Amino acid sequence: MQYWILIIVLIGVATLGGCTEGVLDPKGPIASAELQILFNSLGIMLAIVIPTILATLGVAYWFRSSNTRAHYLPDFNYSGRLEVLVWSIPVMTVLLVGGVAWVGAHDLDPRKAITSTMKPVSVQVVSLDWKWLFIYPEQGIASVNQLTIPVGTPVSFELTSSGVMNSFFVPQLGGQIYTMAGMATRVQLQADHPGRYPGLSAQFSGDGFANMRFTVDAVPTEAFAQWVNAARSTGPVLDAQAYEELVKPSQAVAPFTYRAVAPRLFTSILSPEIQSDDALCLTDPTSQRAEK
Amino acid sequence: MNLLGNLSWNAIPFDQPIVMGASGGMILAVLSILAWITVNGHWPYLWREWITSVDHKRIGVMYIVLALIMLLRGFADAIMMRSQQAIAAGGAEGYLPPEHFDQVFSAHGTIMIFFMAMPFVIGLMNFVVPLQLGVRDMAFPTLNSVALWLTASGILLINVSLVVGEFAKTGWVAYPPLSELKFSPGVGVDYYLWALQISGIGTLLTGINFVTTILKTRAPGMGYMRMPVFCWTALASNLLMVAAFPVLTATFAMLLLDRYLGFHFFSVDGQGNPMMYVNLFWVWGHPEVYILILPAFGVFSEVISTFSGKPLFGYRSMVAATMVICVLSFIVWLHHFFTMGASADVNGFFGVMTMIIAVPTGVKVFNWLFTMYGGRVRFTVPVLWSIGFMVTFVIGGMTGVLMAVPPADFQLHNSLFLIAHFHNVIIGGVVFGVMAGFNFWFPKAFGFTLDERWGKAAFWCWLVGFYVAFMPLYVLGLMGMTRRMQHYDNVGWQPWLVVAAVGAAIILAGVVCQVIQLVASIRAREKLRVAGDPWNGRTLEWSTASPPPAWNFAALPRVPAADAYWSAKQRTQANPSQSTPAREYESIEMPKNSAIGFINAFFAVVTGFALIWHIWWMAAFGALGAFVTLLIFAFRAEDEVEIPVERIAEFERRHQVEVAL
Repeated sequence: MQYWILIIVLIGVATLGGCTEGVLDPKGPIASAELQILFNSLGIMLAIVIPTILATLGVAYWFRSSNTRAHYLPDFNYSGRLEVLVWSIPVMTVLLVGGVAWVGAHDLDPRKAITSTMKPVSVQVVSLDWKWLFIYPEQGIASVNQLTIPVGTPVSFELTSSGVMNSFFVPQLGGQIYTMAGMATRVQLQADHPGRYPGLSAQFSGDGFANMRFTVDAVPTEAFAQWVNAARSTGPVLDAQAYEELVKPSQAVAPFTYRAVAPRLFTSILSPEIQSDDALCLTDPTSQRAEK
Repeated sequence: MNLLGNLSWNAIPFDQPIVMGASGGMILAVLSILAWITVNGHWPYLWREWITSVDHKRIGVMYIVLALIMLLRGFADAIMMRSQQAIAAGGAEGYLPPEHFDQVFSAHGTIMIFFMAMPFVIGLMNFVVPLQLGVRDMAFPTLNSVALWLTASGILLINVSLVVGEFAKTGWVAYPPLSELKFSPGVGVDYYLWALQISGIGTLLTGINFVTTILKTRAPGMGYMRMPVFCWTALASNLLMVAAFPVLTATFAMLLLDRYLGFHFFSVDGQGNPMMYVNLFWVWGHPEVYILILPAFGVFSEVISTFSGKPLFGYRSMVAATMVICVLSFIVWLHHFFTMGASADVNGFFGVMTMIIAVPTGVKVFNWLFTMYGGRVRFTVPVLWSIGFMVTFVIGGMTGVLMAVPPADFQLHNSLFLIAHFHNVIIGGVVFGVMAGFNFWFPKAFGFTLDERWGKAAFWCWLVGFYVAFMPLYVLGLMGMTRRMQHYDNVGWQPWLVVAAVGAAIILAGVVCQVIQLVASIRAREKLRVAGDPWNGRTLEWSTASPPPAWNFAALPRVPAADAYWSAKQRTQANPSQSTPAREYESIEMPKNSAIGFINAFFAVVTGFALIWHIWWMAAFGALGAFVTLLIFAFRAEDEVEIPVERIAEFERRHQVEVAL
């Protein structure tokens, strides 16, 4: 029993600490909803798990062989009623949690758009060895290991990988999603409060994995516009050559930005087959992808 | 052509003091043991009685010896990881560079699952199942020996990787594209693949052997509904081995084709699809979890029922629950990667299926509880492990169901919460189970019990150590710490990791207690000597001598009811005047010892090693050697020896006091 108290105390301390920067300190609607589901499921199960643990310890203790007051029932090995009870308790628990799982899987489908009056910002994410590339197709800029997003605006991510699989994860904004070469995944996130949130890869990707981290800067809308303007005026251009350079393995790369990005760079990363001389000026990438 | 393929002196990591120290220690230990055997002239005995033995009991013991050694090796890796993460905070890099740390966690997972848990569980089943079924051996005794030595080959290869070359740096799941040649050009992944391919064949053979044994060779009268629950769980576990291991073998074969012959099954170019590997891996991987845990459930059922002095509550429920788990375990694999980006319907389906599998597991917990209800529970070491399991496992089950909720998993996947969860069920379930079984059946195997006091000390160290080591990991997972980090910036995590390291040290104390327990018990064996039935047992293994003779039972027992030995004892008690009629014995045909398992394994190691280092002539030689060995075995003239009546009668006379029936 002391273990349970220990766990509760530990979780309590972690929460009250306030500097968890993790799942317990959500800063956006998705992360909050996911945490809520986590607590709901935990609550439903604790209602059955705690009594079971207590009953186990209690029964074992009471029926210890030295206890002369306990009745010995050497033939008690079947009871239809108890069997029904024994099956129905877990069934009912699972019915409840299963409902939470099914509804939650649909409500918080990573691809589902976040309802908002604001127009979502698009960000294309490429995991490289061992750094993150963020392309802002609408703004025509890109950044490495640094993701700046406007507060209160949904951000629509499209993700892929240059090679090894990674998992894009900002614990305080919402759940993670894999990045896989040749495939595009999607996730929608939103920050409700300005701040800096740690982001990371949650899928081991090789020797530089521990350095595969980035910072999310959630800033007010005006500040975001300023940041975009500032980025447009400095830094190199991300074209095919610069990408070739960037894709080479490196670690702990200090964040920097690109003032311009070759159009459809993301598509060409996604489908290397069509990366020929004119890869970065494809006329119709969708038809090419359909071919693939 | 280079005669030694890719092998050169560069393969030995002379520049890495930690690796060289560990390798040196390991080689020294092996050499000193070999020298000790040679000096004392034990080779003929070992060769005759153990290495070439096809006796299921001996093979079971050897499996468990392998598992215990590998437990030490895997545990050393665990200590390295915990200490590295306890110090590598802020700007610190710790003492293990990434390329070494990555090998350590990959080796830890691979060893603990394939070469600790699997041999331990298989060893227990090997020793116990034929005895519980009331038969004299497995259906295919020589195949059993072949399987054991193939497992040993895998173990040898994985340990060679410590000295010659390197181990995989991909994690124990070896997901492509990371495990493809492009991203892992070294021999590490090849060591991983060939070690597991070779031992995997052994596991498949074991599965076939057990399924046949349980379905086709039971004592007269033992219908399915009279089988001990451990046999039922062994049946389910081995059915899963037969169904799941070929998937793993095929998946690894595809990855090997990618790596050796430039195929594109899982590569990022050439239209390969790495996610196909991930799916197939877990199509094997989830049933694997149940391959390990179901026999542990069987052990708990036997232990709790025996030490409560009661039949298992809800036997039919238990059997049904076991078989339901067996089937359902094949339709939950996707919960290992909800974050792949599958549709909400797919994620929802696999989430709900995963929870449904918790139902039969919950039923089992309640049935154990009701087995103790109305019993006279003796708190022996196996019972302590069992109660520790019941409490710990429901917590692990709960966190498992929590992660079966897809949105919760998006947050917890690959975090230390996940690490805490599966250690919660694998340590709290499988390890506690095999430890309970080890203490429970040890007197049957060797004729003396294990020391209770050291056993209890070991249990409490393990239990407390487990909670101290893994509860902080749950918290860290919620704080956003992901697995496999060689270092981290967030110094707020460090105190928790220090606590976890202390927990690992407490578990280490538990391991030390177990070693002392074993040594102390062997020294005091005359004092701890027991007869056939030290625990007032219920099933047939307790009806024969401890240790049982090679033929197990002089006359095959008749089974009129479940808990055969218990009911026989009840009848004798009811009619004490009824004297046992004078026995007449018949000579028994037993399978003959065979060196084929060992020789075949020798060639398997040669082949595996040659393939890892691209030494093609040697690979051909090894494969040919293995084939010729099998051929010679197939043409053998005699495969059985006759045990004369006098020897059986003599053994029975000596053990009359022990053999209560």
